[in-house]
Amino acid sequence: MSQLFEFLLRQGDNALVLGHRMSEWCGVAPALEEDIALANTALDLIGQTQLWLGYAAEVEAAGRTANDLAFRRDAYDFRNMLMVEVPNEDFGRTLMQQFCFDAFQVPWLTALTASSDTRVAEIATKSVKEAAYHLDRSAKTVIALGDGTAESNARMQTALDYLWPYTGEIFADDATDQAMAKAGVAPLPSSLKETWQKTIVQTLSAADLTQPDSTFAHSGGRSGMRHTEHLGHMLATMQVLQRSYPSAVW
Amino acid sequence: MTSKTLSEAQVWQWLEDVPDPEIPVISVVDLGVVRDVSVKDEAVRVTITPTYSGCPAMSVIAMDIETALAKQGVTQLELKTQIVPAWTTDWLSAKGIAKLETYGIAPPQAAGVPKRCPHCKSQALEKVSQFGSTPCKAQWRCTDCLEPFDYFKCI
Repeated sequence: MSQLFEFLLRQGDNALVLGHRMSEWCGVAPALEEDIALANTALDLIGQTQLWLGYAAEVEAAGRTANDLAFRRDAYDFRNMLMVEVPNEDFGRTLMQQFCFDAFQVPWLTALTASSDTRVAEIATKSVKEAAYHLDRSAKTVIALGDGTAESNARMQTALDYLWPYTGEIFADDATDQAMAKAGVAPLPSSLKETWQKTIVQTLSAADLTQPDSTFAHSGGRSGMRHTEHLGHMLATMQVLQRSYPSAVW
Repeated sequence: MTSKTLSEAQVWQWLEDVPDPEIPVISVVDLGVVRDVSVKDEAVRVTITPTYSGCPAMSVIAMDIETALAKQGVTQLELKTQIVPAWTTDWLSAKGIAKLETYGIAPPQAAGVPKRCPHCKSQALEKVSQFGSTPCKAQWRCTDCLEPFDYFKCI
């Protein structure tokens, strides 16, 4: 498997898995406006998935399509970071999860617009506009809920404490990251940690939330070595149609 | 198609009559998603760019363009999608912007917030949600006439 293919799967799978989690709120979000916002955000992410996985399929050149990659791979073939696959639990965790992702995604996609790979640069140029809008909303909502009632503040703190050990994986460079950096395709994720941290600190402080002390980090999502038990359940729902009726089309 | 030579200007004119499926008062040309038209002999190539990468209207727009040109007798159509340069609201035509407001949608503003209520023109506005009925819109409300309205997001 080529390193570029591996890299593209990571981009596509992050967007796909988070997009699916967001879409689970469709029809059941706490308020109509939030329902619409989450559905729209999910739509942007699924759109980005089509671009990333479409290119991944071309690079792989094995006759698979973006749809095959999304709906016919099992959990151990997914390359998303663990943070995006954990269950929604409540609205607070969903927003905190999106915020931690967006705070990375904006500087990450911004850097990718200068990629040595033209297609990667193009997809990033398109996606970063959407990501910036997502970050604006998720940061403001984290602040509104954190700096809200005692109940909403406690829920946001619980969400942050739960998600925090999953954030370390974002910045843990591995062989694929090294290869991409060497080829000028992408910067090392670790090089963006400071920028991410700055956004996190500013927002948490305005939200009256406390950043956990722990530096423990779960890992295994980006490499595919060890996903959480939640991903398989999510895929069972997401892929059921293609599994039951392979090659079904609209 | 008769033997008369087909011109690019003619194709642009036909596309002017293809409405946006979600905001039917403006055409796909007004929306700025049609980036290029080229005609070689009888073969027409139309380049379109998506507004938002996941916008479900894009496949409908592609189908509507195909249908409209087929009706005009175009038999060889290539529909090309390009994502760079990325679509921006700067590409909305002046005509399109005026039509949006008449229709009740506040047009995009560089400041990131609507300039005035499309109904009563008041500037006393409040944001309801950063997202609206389609990926390209947000929801606002006028605090004078109390009417809610869509605002076309500026990207």
